[in-house]
Amino acid sequence: MYVGVDVVSVNEVSRSLERFGERYVRRVFTPGEAAYCRAATGRVAAERFAARFAAKEATLKALRPDTTAIDWRSIEVRRHASGWCDVVLHGEAAALAARQGIESLALSMSHDAGCATAVVVAQVVARTSNRES
Amino acid sequence: MSIDTTEAIRTILREHGRLAEDITKLSDQSDLFQAGLSSHASVTLMLALEEHFEVEFPERMLHRRTFASIAAIRACLSELHGASA
Repeated sequence: MYVGVDVVSVNEVSRSLERFGERYVRRVFTPGEAAYCRAATGRVAAERFAARFAAKEATLKALRPDTTAIDWRSIEVRRHASGWCDVVLHGEAAALAARQGIESLALSMSHDAGCATAVVVAQVVARTSNRES
Repeated sequence: MSIDTTEAIRTILREHGRLAEDITKLSDQSDLFQAGLSSHASVTLMLALEEHFEVEFPERMLHRRTFASIAAIRACLSELHGASA
């Protein structure tokens, strides 16, 4: 089992949204993530983006990358109708998880007091031994 | 890449890196993550570098190594400028 955690300043994300706008959103977030975050406005939208960025970084830590280049958009937070969120991996992130023997990821996010945080737990497939008992 | 390029990288780092350490005390080889560069700040740093140098960092460069030091950033920019020349 691997675990990753991250914390992001909502103010920093707000500044990035103001300074770089669409380019920031397009380079970091998937269209689905952006649509959910932008369903809100102002501070709430920034909190949603910040929580998702924290989730991406926490996932990256749980994946324990070596020299692999990972596009931020290959780690996607998907929100279910019930409100719970999952991490879905694409491309290099999915390939890295497969190499690390990771079979599932569990995500929890929160935001308060100007910070957003996320924890990701990666369940690793039990290694089978070739040794005869 | 010239001294001007290095100075431009330092200026952008000062503005967007949100480093815990004084940039003037860092060498070109100093580890920027050890100096306080967060993963989110590395994204805004990337966007600011792209804007200033009129390049786009491709997916293969979206790695901590790319932003690990001023020298590493300079090397990547040099490669990108070479590719567009």
